[in-house]
Amino acid sequence: MSAADFRKLADLFPNETVTHSYVQDIELPAVDGRSPGTFALVTLDNGLDHSKPTTLGPNTLVELGAVLEGLKVRAARGEIVGVGVTGKPYFLVAGADLSTVKSITGREHGLWMAQLGHDVYGTLADLGVPSFAFINGVALGGGLEIALQSTYRTVSTGAGALALPEAFIGLIPGWGGVYILPRLIGPENAVKVMIENPLSNNRTLTGPQAFKLGVADALFEPADFVEQSVAWAAQVIAGAVTPERANAVDPAAPEVADRWAGAIAAGRSLVEARTSNASPAPAKVLEVMEANRTLTQAQSAELECETLADLMQTDEFRSTVYAFLDLVQRRSKRPAGAPDRKLARPVTKIGVVGAGLMAGQLALLFARQLKVPVVMTDIDQARVDKGVGYVHAEVDKLLQKGRISPDAANRTRALVTGSVSKEAFADADFVIEAVFEELNVKKQVFKEVEAIVSPECILATNTSSLSVTAMAEDLEHPERLIGFHFFNPVAMMPLLEIVRAPKTDDAVLATAFELAKGLKKSAVLVKDAPAFVVNRLLLRLMGEVTASFDEGTPADVADNALRPMGLPMTPFVLGAMVGLPVARHVQESLHAAFPDRFTVSQNLQKLIDNGVKSIWAAPNGTPEPGPDGKPFIPAETLALMSFGNSPSTGEEVLRRTQDALAEEIGLMLDEGVVAGPEDIDLCMILGARWPMFLGGITPYLDRVGASERVNGRKFLAPGVASEPAA
Amino acid sequence: MSQPRPSEEHSSGQRSSANPRAIREVVFVDGVRTPFGRAGEKGIYAGTRADDLVVKCIRELMRRNPSLPAERIDEVAIAATTQTGDQGLTIGRTAALLAGLPRTVPGFAIDRMCAGAMTAVTTTASGIGFGAYDVVIAGGVEHMGNHPMGAGADPNPRFMSERIVDPAALNMGNTAENLHDRFPAITKSRTDAYAVASQNKLAAAYGRGQIQPDLVPVATMKPGQGWTVNTVDEPPRPGTSVEDLAALKTPFRAHGRVTAGNAAGLNDGATAALLASADAAEELGLPVKMRLVSYAFAGVEPEVMGIGPVPATEKALKNAGLGIADIGLFEINEAFAVQVLSFLDHFGIADDDPRVNRFGGAIAVGHPLASSGVRLMNQLARQFEEDPTVRFGMTTMCIGLGMGATVIWENPHHADYSLALHQAPATGTAPTTTETGAAA
Repeated sequence: MSAADFRKLADLFPNETVTHSYVQDIELPAVDGRSPGTFALVTLDNGLDHSKPTTLGPNTLVELGAVLEGLKVRAARGEIVGVGVTGKPYFLVAGADLSTVKSITGREHGLWMAQLGHDVYGTLADLGVPSFAFINGVALGGGLEIALQSTYRTVSTGAGALALPEAFIGLIPGWGGVYILPRLIGPENAVKVMIENPLSNNRTLTGPQAFKLGVADALFEPADFVEQSVAWAAQVIAGAVTPERANAVDPAAPEVADRWAGAIAAGRSLVEARTSNASPAPAKVLEVMEANRTLTQAQSAELECETLADLMQTDEFRSTVYAFLDLVQRRSKRPAGAPDRKLARPVTKIGVVGAGLMAGQLALLFARQLKVPVVMTDIDQARVDKGVGYVHAEVDKLLQKGRISPDAANRTRALVTGSVSKEAFADADFVIEAVFEELNVKKQVFKEVEAIVSPECILATNTSSLSVTAMAEDLEHPERLIGFHFFNPVAMMPLLEIVRAPKTDDAVLATAFELAKGLKKSAVLVKDAPAFVVNRLLLRLMGEVTASFDEGTPADVADNALRPMGLPMTPFVLGAMVGLPVARHVQESLHAAFPDRFTVSQNLQKLIDNGVKSIWAAPNGTPEPGPDGKPFIPAETLALMSFGNSPSTGEEVLRRTQDALAEEIGLMLDEGVVAGPEDIDLCMILGARWPMFLGGITPYLDRVGASERVNGRKFLAPGVASEPAA
Repeated sequence: MSQPRPSEEHSSGQRSSANPRAIREVVFVDGVRTPFGRAGEKGIYAGTRADDLVVKCIRELMRRNPSLPAERIDEVAIAATTQTGDQGLTIGRTAALLAGLPRTVPGFAIDRMCAGAMTAVTTTASGIGFGAYDVVIAGGVEHMGNHPMGAGADPNPRFMSERIVDPAALNMGNTAENLHDRFPAITKSRTDAYAVASQNKLAAAYGRGQIQPDLVPVATMKPGQGWTVNTVDEPPRPGTSVEDLAALKTPFRAHGRVTAGNAAGLNDGATAALLASADAAEELGLPVKMRLVSYAFAGVEPEVMGIGPVPATEKALKNAGLGIADIGLFEINEAFAVQVLSFLDHFGIADDDPRVNRFGGAIAVGHPLASSGVRLMNQLARQFEEDPTVRFGMTTMCIGLGMGATVIWENPHHADYSLALHQAPATGTAPTTTETGAAA
């Protein structure tokens, strides 16, 4: 085969942003007095600036393949002694063009795409002269596999984002990565790179980390990376340097076979723990790696292509691309409904009403990210001192961990002050309350604040369940009130629900979005509706599971019913983490608004009344298994509750929950809570850490038929997170 | 000749007194440069930043001298004629940071147009002599593609109204024509012949591998072409004949004598050198390629700036107690062939004297203004190494607005070298027992 044979695939994608392969001949520097010869250096460049990563689509691969085939001919003629591949500044290649791959229709075309990669990379691996990858920057998936398929690799200390994230995306590193990597860096390290990292928030390697693992043979600094890499290649070609690969293994060796099996087993338990096996890709990575220990590279390549072709057809893959590219990478940066940012007003001082734990987290976030003075108030000096003391102690922790410099710590501590008088808010531009969740308390707070601040000062509430509209009612300037709903822990969770009340004006909204950007949070605009988006859906979900439990479904059946969704934690564990009284409080607000769909569990109420913090025995906060290795309900907890006699199966609970979510989302969209199902998905990904292979949630509900069962139609058009219409 | 460093045992409560002073010997440890490029869109450095060129040089110096701990560098002086854009922001400091030198290493920018790098060397060398530094990096850069000559300059109108400088003298080509007027014996055929010889000598030096060892490879990337690594000079035109040159236009004067062929071109490039006190070089195991003997700068009429090397050389020779006959090798910058010939005529040296520019000169290799001084030193150092019979050599150049610069160096490979070094205390002024009244 030749890359040109895949022209038919490339022609299906006439709008691909092609990453070109430019070749320059370089006379290698002399080693021991004479040059080893001419070196052909291929640069992968799409001609765009660093904000537009280079990617691998069918047209790109066909061009690269043709270029490499030409170099192979030149190598055979003795014109060149080596070939290098590097990229435009900051990128080797960011990996396959996922938008293109997602839009491939039919298994056959997917198979072609997989085979095209192998054809091109096969040429790189078999040029007749050594090949070198100079990993100058980002190298993801197929990008890193270009390097792995080369004979030798150098990496820049400045390179970031080196990874094989396929298990996270919904594919396998099937352009040779899954075959080469375990042989190069050992099976345990390979499982870390191909499984553990992708499933840990899609973690990536830096250049030095990749070098340490043995992914690259040499490490050079960015200032003269290409020069030093070429000089190193000359040394290797001249035989003056032979890279040592301490972690490389021979899969045929018996002890390696044991290590291989051990690494696969460890990988499988990790996949089970992180995803409940709800997405097929991670298991497939391990399956192919397990099989290829005894295969030739060509045999493995065939298996890789078939597996890739299968996985490209899965909705889990398409949902992940939708969630990752369309939502997290794109939509979150251009929030739907955000007014023109030019309307935003500067925020130079912030007030936080309250000095409790939430207030402290907010004050710390504002001071660290915005670097403006933050003043906290509370009803007495002791509370104020405690609140400010908390922030200062958190700053000290950051300092001790080396996360911030001593100067930054001094600056942040000095920014956060406290007062017992709200007069301290007089020159603030933005005052947020974090007081008790009680409408009248909050209204009273805002009334007092409004008497002190300027008419333009924005008032924000961090309420999770109260009506922002009601809070604005008695204000002199109701247009200045906005909901600013963070998620716990505030420093970690990326979502901010920005709640617009009917009278909130555009300048206030624009300021809120700019503030969110300054806080490095992804903001989603939501209408003032009970519990907004994330909590409403989480509570609906927990409500269904709890109801089935109350009806007599065994606890382990009820709590594990949603495992096929691969959520980060079970409903009972989530309830304990949020705190049963907090969950109950939100549930009550939702019950008041929607009594038919949100019921307050009497069993949970009894647990709360008796100070029980978790259904499962969880003496230290997280469930601790009993003698049989499974979580259990302590007898005294069980004694507090009563159950019906209509138990459900796990499947029934799952289906009931799916339908409930589809119903709730359908209603939310009808109510106009958010601009579209994409915002619901973004909220669940960023605010509840729901998995990307669910696409957030609506692609999953479409996929399992819940949307059509309940609403008579799917949330998303074909192709958005599913196979495109042919 | 050693001088104590500021004493560690100095403690409060005791009577303070400054360290006694002794002048210290300065040595040229090493020097490198980038290959020079032709300025302009087609040149090898189109799209490459000037500061990056300096960074490559500094890093190469550090790689070539691994026994030098980076924190021992006391100063980074980098010259540029136009100190804006990628040559702005105090380029000595920015280049030091970008090269990865420790933040404790200071740096500054310096300008004396064509003699920028040479002035960076003499200024920091004086600092070493005075005891302010042990080890320094001095160099220069000019990306004439990014910074066309005179761009952004705003000459004072008094130059013209009070006839301080003929405005025509701000154009270097005109001053070269003026030099021809002053010295009618220097004909166009002489300058063209000199220029052809320069090309031939450079080509021969390349052939013998005398240029390449001090070049730093520079990777560049251009749109639609990808990365390449530049390892040789772009400006040379080997094989140029006097007939070729005779056909060139005389852009500065109709029927004039100065052409693109008998002058240096417009170029991009950077240089850097490592200087140290003789003691520090010994302590750190650094090689000594040359010893600084003396230097001088001199002013001349701006309208004939090319004659500047003559008075500068006379002054430097006087400072050194040497005569022109003591100089065994000359590295004279070839801004214009007429300027070189006016120097040679003045000192009675033949146009083709083998002591002069053995490796060719700027007419062939190029002249990225503020960088060139260190190129001359690199080449002189290599010739010293090759020819231990030569004891003294000279690097000299003319400078816009009517100046000349000359630095005289001694060859450490010469048989009499160590003798000279150990006589050095004679140049000191302060006996070690003298206590100055610097108590705070």
